[in-house]
Amino acid sequence: MTNWAWFGLSQGRLTTGWPEETVGHGQEGVLGMPRLHPERCAPTCRDCISACPSGAITGGLGESVTLDYGRCVVCQRCTEVCPTGAIEKTTDWAFGVRTREALLAGGGGMGSGNAESPPSTHVPRGFRRSLHIRHVDAGSCNGCESELEALLNPFYNLHRLGIFFTASPRSADLLLVTGPVTVAMKEPLLETYRAMPEPRFVMAMGTCATGGGIAGGGYSCHQGLEGILPVDLWLPGCPPNPAALMEALLVLLGRRPERGALPERAG
Amino acid sequence: MRPCTSRVIRAEALLKLLDELLPAAVRPDPHQRLRMAYARKAGETDLEVLYYLSLGKGRPDLLLRVAPEQNALPSVANRFPALSWYEREMHDLFGIEFTGHPELHPLILHEGVTTSRPPLLGQAGAPIHYRTSPPTVPTMHATEIQRLPFGPVRADVVESAQFLFYYIGEGILHFHQRLFYKHRGMEQRFEGVSPMAGVILAERVSGTDSVGHALAFCQACELALGLLPPPRALGFRIILAELERLTNHLHYFSELARMTTLRVAAAQGAWLEEQVRQINGALTGSRFLRGILSVGGLRRDLEPSGLAGRLTDLETGISDFLDKLADTRSYLDRLIGTGRLSTDVAMDQGATGPVERASGLDRDLRRDRPYGSYGMLEFKVPRESEGDALARAQIRRAEVTESLALVRESLAHLESGPVITDQPEEGPDPGGEGLGAVEGSRGGLYYAVHFDPDRQCLLRVKIKEPSFSNWRVFPFTVKDTNLMDYAINEASFGLSIAGADR
Repeated sequence: MTNWAWFGLSQGRLTTGWPEETVGHGQEGVLGMPRLHPERCAPTCRDCISACPSGAITGGLGESVTLDYGRCVVCQRCTEVCPTGAIEKTTDWAFGVRTREALLAGGGGMGSGNAESPPSTHVPRGFRRSLHIRHVDAGSCNGCESELEALLNPFYNLHRLGIFFTASPRSADLLLVTGPVTVAMKEPLLETYRAMPEPRFVMAMGTCATGGGIAGGGYSCHQGLEGILPVDLWLPGCPPNPAALMEALLVLLGRRPERGALPERAG
Repeated sequence: MRPCTSRVIRAEALLKLLDELLPAAVRPDPHQRLRMAYARKAGETDLEVLYYLSLGKGRPDLLLRVAPEQNALPSVANRFPALSWYEREMHDLFGIEFTGHPELHPLILHEGVTTSRPPLLGQAGAPIHYRTSPPTVPTMHATEIQRLPFGPVRADVVESAQFLFYYIGEGILHFHQRLFYKHRGMEQRFEGVSPMAGVILAERVSGTDSVGHALAFCQACELALGLLPPPRALGFRIILAELERLTNHLHYFSELARMTTLRVAAAQGAWLEEQVRQINGALTGSRFLRGILSVGGLRRDLEPSGLAGRLTDLETGISDFLDKLADTRSYLDRLIGTGRLSTDVAMDQGATGPVERASGLDRDLRRDRPYGSYGMLEFKVPRESEGDALARAQIRRAEVTESLALVRESLAHLESGPVITDQPEEGPDPGGEGLGAVEGSRGGLYYAVHFDPDRQCLLRVKIKEPSFSNWRVFPFTVKDTNLMDYAINEASFGLSIAGADR
């Protein structure tokens, strides 16, 4: 007969010290969002635009190229076809941002810089140390759920940050939505939101929720949360990795600074 | 369509021919079955329905092609219950009538959906109108019967679906599952896209089965285009596919432990799964092993030098964890006899993967229809006969061991050289069609692809998803059981909703 309590104790501490410590986020080698250098673009080139399967890149042919991280599914195709190195692979994951516009990079769009804005006071002080999340899957591929579940494994151990998942929307502070919002899930999603007490916050997690991704549109899907719910935090990624998720939740709570869509990560 | 032989038949000949080809036998042969059916547009106004049959070991698969007459076909669902959902899907998405179908009510598009034309016939992108309406369920009258609707938004971080329980005390009288809340219309997303964009779509049909989907799609395209990926790519494909199986099976054991309230064991399983995800990330740049597969091979070469060592370090932990679970009485007590699926029901209703192997059906596409370089590798296909939650766990346990061995073996025999080809080995399939079959971690996964005449873009892609098959089977193990066992039973099936709903 296994003595699980003893086994658990004998395993010692498995949890990473990140994000309090600068190392050990567990995403070594994981590719992140592509980084755009529009000044390197060849004038007549549209290779990345035609290769992008989710319509995240626009412009070209004289106009400056714009990359919408809110639509980027991190497939890396643009970095493979770019002949001039104007769009490059990185291991930087997207940060949570407060406005949809902040997910646009290059071409004079916002969010391309790494200037830090002061921690937000958006979430009232009383909520910052403890947050209860109601997650709603509005048609995701299950990748985002998998990474959300990972937050509860011993390595990330989200609870140590005072952040918990809750079953009832009545006791939730944050509605965390994944998926492009299918027509069938729209009403259950809105009902869940209506059942939450105020103040309530909404986070769009993953590229499907921030901009539709590859699934948005068509006969059965909306294009993510835009126009459906008031979003307080946008986090693209396909899916966002657990460390990116933790970081975004802390940005929402004002415990980490908002730094634009794709800052260079320190450490 | 490669690799099948095709026969065009008339609608009225369908039932008789199926009876001849797949005779009802006392002891059914798991390799003789009607696997799936799907429709596609053939020309401006015409439709074609394709029935995909396996005729037995050593015989090529057969594709029957039938044109509906006045938009109707005779239903085969009474004779082959596993085909019931496929016909209902075609009814919803193509508007085809199936005469004699026992339950032709809405499936993919719920009750309350209105469309100007069936979605896969109409203009791509024309949205459907959704009005919340109750599902079609049998009426039950008795004051003792309680009705419990659960979902589509459920407790925990889970996928959306609705489950309806009719129960007396603890006993479940009737169980109705309403899936397809997450139906995204993924098959239509493939229409008009290039093979490369298709791979990226396939990776996102069921996120935790990214490799399985992308691989089946790539194999289908390669058959259609006459491409043969180089040996190094084939070796890596096995490594990726088995890493995905390992990840998903470890997740499964963590879930089983959680459902049987073993918190430490659940944490340990999740920790092992996390370690494999991190290994996946370091190897490919994606924790879900995305962005590597390509039609014709791989998108880029991989550097596998650290992989063997990291897996060896993990292997002891994995087998120790699984041994400890198997030596936990409270866990075994909850699994033994739970959610029993008989061989007959598994066969008739189309169970696949670990679920069917736990119910005595000896079938695994890696061995029976070897693809890539599986034909050159030695591995065991486990089989159990009890058909309960424990049998399903034992199958997955054995598969974890085999997957680790397959990764090691493939690593040891990796060849050098290119990882992608665009030079056809043979001419393309005359019709520009191919059918890719993969044994994913949840079971048999098929992609049927139809290219345009120039072989540049896809006209129709059909995905046969293992969870679609196993969700069909699942309610048979719920009826007449009790509510306390439900969550354990559901976990023991290891189902994906995204995959089933597409």
